[in-house]
Amino acid sequence: MNLAEGVQLVSFIILAVAMIGAALGVVLSPSVVYAAFLLGAVFISISGLYLLLNASFVAAAQILIYVGAVNVLILFAIMLVNKREDFQPVKFAWVRKAVTGGVCAGLFLLLGTTIITTPWAFSTETPIGDDAIYLIGEHFFSDFLLPFELASVLLLMALIGAIVLARRDFLPDAALTSDIENLKLPERPRELVSAAKTEQ
Amino acid sequence: MNSGIDLQGTFITSLTDLGLPPGLAKVFWMPLPMLLMIIGATVAILVSVWLERKISAAAQQRVGPEYVGPQGSLQPAMDGLKLIFKEDIIPGNADSILFTLGPILVILPVFISFLIVPFGQNLLISDVTIGVFLWIALASIQPIGLLMSGYASNNKYSLLGGLRAAAQSISYEIPLALAVLAVVLMSNSLSTIDIVQQQSGYGILGWNVWRQPVGFVIFWIAALAECERLPFDLPEAEEELVAGYQTEYSGMKFALFYMASYVNLVLSALLVVVLYLGGWESPIPVGFLADLLGVSETNSAVQVITASLGILMTMFKTYLFVFLAILLRWTTPRVRIDQLLNLGWKFLLPVALANLLITAALKLAFPFAFGG
Repeated sequence: MNLAEGVQLVSFIILAVAMIGAALGVVLSPSVVYAAFLLGAVFISISGLYLLLNASFVAAAQILIYVGAVNVLILFAIMLVNKREDFQPVKFAWVRKAVTGGVCAGLFLLLGTTIITTPWAFSTETPIGDDAIYLIGEHFFSDFLLPFELASVLLLMALIGAIVLARRDFLPDAALTSDIENLKLPERPRELVSAAKTEQ
Repeated sequence: MNSGIDLQGTFITSLTDLGLPPGLAKVFWMPLPMLLMIIGATVAILVSVWLERKISAAAQQRVGPEYVGPQGSLQPAMDGLKLIFKEDIIPGNADSILFTLGPILVILPVFISFLIVPFGQNLLISDVTIGVFLWIALASIQPIGLLMSGYASNNKYSLLGGLRAAAQSISYEIPLALAVLAVVLMSNSLSTIDIVQQQSGYGILGWNVWRQPVGFVIFWIAALAECERLPFDLPEAEEELVAGYQTEYSGMKFALFYMASYVNLVLSALLVVVLYLGGWESPIPVGFLADLLGVSETNSAVQVITASLGILMTMFKTYLFVFLAILLRWTTPRVRIDQLLNLGWKFLLPVALANLLITAALKLAFPFAFGG
């Protein structure tokens, strides 16, 4: 084992331990804010593993998308929710935890045995490394065009949905009269754009 | 194109000649440029703090710092020393772990980003192929640190400041990335070295700023917003939020925020120079001058002069932009949060998208001028 392999092994062990520890923290931490920050640590450790696998572009994309966008949005959601509610202690809460733990352990055992018993076909080609950007681009616009375009349509749908949600016109509190209406969001009924145009 | 001076290659070959294995020689080499870059970045902070104080004083017709060192140039170093000796206070109801981790998460990505900043053909820590993309990805970690410190301070001003900072940096990252993408499209590479190479050869006329004027303006505005410089310094607006997410910080932890903001400013100015102003290239190409004087470009004396001129040019252009940022800080009023978000989402984003499309079209139409 030479120097480079040694460094690789040590970094793998550090990253794996950090990732598993942080992931356990996400699940077990009672504070939701800690869980969200630890999720960021999990994402960063995963990107470190990608780096060890010679996939630097995927690693940077992982940081940009999962840490920079997804995790920040989760934190935003946590910090902007202003609901003060004390949680009622649930009876037999340990049963739920035990069942969840059992399911997770079962899943882990199942996947672990699958990984160990499957005869993986290891590729003998040298990893493409830094030229991966070009190859990924070529795949996106040839044989992976449909999934790529579908993903962009999905994102567009999410974008339009966000705009619709953000542009809602809320009624002031005084205008609310009936109690049944209170169950819904106090929103001003809006006509469709085409209907509004014909009236004019 | 000659490759210029290759310090790394020379260092490693001289160590292997001494009988060390090449891997070990590389290990001995690696910390040297990193240390040099960290020291350089720290000195750059001190210089920009001093510039900030002197220029702000000039803008307000004051003298500014003048007692410590010549023209008060040692004042920032003394301020740094003072901050080191200050008591490190963690407020009673603050979350001490997150409170400590926040400033570290803010400053680390900025220093790591210096990995890709070139000062010459071989004068950078590592020529990673994902270059500028790495910088964009690392810059996206910062909001987490800001949110963390805002939340952990257990103070309403801190929380609001943290949320504002995070919202601001997320919304300005998109026009920034799109402006960078247009440059990348023209140079066919994400590597900072290749981006500068693509602009070289014609001196000042070959720089990207002539081919990407819109992208240049978008990049500069977005970079100022990312650095939370004054037209966009809402997260720490004194009149509204005391000091934003820094309110509860003191001593070295405050210094980390302070350093992070100035390093970020220098880094952004460096990247403007690399992406749009030809990096280490001088306005008149050195090769042309060497030909005029009848000296070969591979002459070792010429190479040393070229390399030092490259570093000087990079620093000169960078500090021109730092000066511009400081001047902007002391002459423009602060925008409101709604104006800031409107500018980002409703103006810069569409313009950046259009700029990207036009660049792509021009690249197809005029491949000789737009890097086909």
